[in-house]
Amino acid sequence: MQIHDQPTLKAEARNLNFYYGEAKALKNINMPIYDKKVTALIGPSGCGKSTYLRSFNRMHDLYPGNRYEGEIRFFPDNTNLLSPEVDPIEVRMRIGMVFQKPNPFPKSIYENVAYGLRVRGENNRRVLDDKVEHALRGAAIWDEVKDRLQELASNLSGGQQQRLCIARALATDPELLLFDEPTSALDPIATAAIEELVHELKKRVTILIVTHNMQQAARVSDYTAYMFLGEMIEFGKTDEIFIKPQDKRTEDYITGRMG
Amino acid sequence: MKPLTTEEIRSVIARGKFKDNLFKATGVFCLALALVVIVALIADMVIKGSERFTLDFFLNFASRRATQAGILSAWVGSLLVMLVTALAAVPLGVAAGLYLEEYAKRNWLTNIIEINITNLAAVPSIVYGLLALGIFVYQFGFGQSILSAGLTLALLILPIIIVSTREAIRAIPAMIREGSMAVGATRWQTCRYHILPYAMPGILTGVIIGLARAIGETAPIITIGALTFIAFLPPVPFTETGEGTAGLFDWVMSPFTVMPIQIFNWTSRPDPAFEVNAAAAGFVLMAMVLSMNAVAIYLRYKMRKNIKW
Repeated sequence: MQIHDQPTLKAEARNLNFYYGEAKALKNINMPIYDKKVTALIGPSGCGKSTYLRSFNRMHDLYPGNRYEGEIRFFPDNTNLLSPEVDPIEVRMRIGMVFQKPNPFPKSIYENVAYGLRVRGENNRRVLDDKVEHALRGAAIWDEVKDRLQELASNLSGGQQQRLCIARALATDPELLLFDEPTSALDPIATAAIEELVHELKKRVTILIVTHNMQQAARVSDYTAYMFLGEMIEFGKTDEIFIKPQDKRTEDYITGRMG
Repeated sequence: MKPLTTEEIRSVIARGKFKDNLFKATGVFCLALALVVIVALIADMVIKGSERFTLDFFLNFASRRATQAGILSAWVGSLLVMLVTALAAVPLGVAAGLYLEEYAKRNWLTNIIEINITNLAAVPSIVYGLLALGIFVYQFGFGQSILSAGLTLALLILPIIIVSTREAIRAIPAMIREGSMAVGATRWQTCRYHILPYAMPGILTGVIIGLARAIGETAPIITIGALTFIAFLPPVPFTETGEGTAGLFDWVMSPFTVMPIQIFNWTSRPDPAFEVNAAAAGFVLMAMVLSMNAVAIYLRYKMRKNIKW
């Protein structure tokens, strides 16, 4: 592999351990996340992929008894996201997240997208209008909702709601976007739309996506990490992982012999 | 086991159905009994009190002559006391509930506080009256005023408001909270834009249930020494009274009476003509409580329409 092929680093987990109380959920994870690439996390249920993902935006800080060890370095400024001196709110302002189940707020479509901007103190109507439209276009849902921005978000279909949630995350221009099994509650057509969107989004933003679905990982990602029992078993380019896994456990999982 | 024949299956179902119907009948009977009692009570008050349902009854002060006695000072007193109660109890109760659910760490201290809030709801109201007599009436020097009564009842319904606030907040799914925090909101922003608005229907229900309970309370109000015979209204702000212009909040220090005390007073008179007044006033009090509940149901329905997860 030549040096100029090597993409730039956006983030890197270094010796990351995570504990839910006494239970160790992540074991010494080391892994790079490359800039403007899609990295997929795969592995059987309970292997710690979501736990790992939620470490990036410090979601675990919302609940008592959780503890991190090690670092997640975030570039270009080389901030340690897990450092106690770094405010989790600052981290979440730089890193967006889309959840497993669409979770729009019971407010209007417009207010859902504008929320992140309002939280940042933006109240100028024209700026909000612009950014809301831009985000909705970015999430490929503008044409479906442009005539009913003031309607309740709960009136949208599941797939539309999920794209709205992506727009909500995009509105504040995150540097990294976390997807936690974003299509597990959606039908195949809505899933295809989200996958296409992920493909489109990586031009603008780095993406880390947890998925249960190996075909999905193969379709959307540039890099794939296989996790098992809280450990990072294997990380590599997606085509290499799927065609020629180095580890027996990875091979068993992707060939369907396990998990 | 041998499979049952069709005959046997039918007899099993028939036995089951019989118990089903038996329970249904018992249930309907119990429900009807309760309803009949309530309807009978209301009807009794309406019939007994019917000759007093005139405008004068609402506009007259208490009087020694039953036919001329009215409930003006009582319903005005009740409304003003409720106003003070609501102004004191709602912010305190909602803030306390919000703090306990969204901010407080789970430890032994918050556990003790939690248990005691639930216990407070079960404290007999006369005890609140005694407490208020010592603290509000004498220690703080509020006297036997609307302020003392309002604050007393506020203490009484505080646990109801705290508990219903917490329940309303707990019904909001964690994913809404996470969705808000994930875009970089602070806890307060999350509470301000999401938790409080979405919990509002439940909070409102609790507030009105609390107020409906407070408006019928008699014991603590008697304990702090509300008057039973009163022939004047609290001073209206900025009007002339005997001692000069009334201030904006002079009314809170005024002596007062409330509906249940007026009713109690009339029922304890020897002259049976006052029983008519008591029945009529009882019906008015009942109507006040029921209309408060109706408002609660309407508001909850209206607000919940837009809140779906």
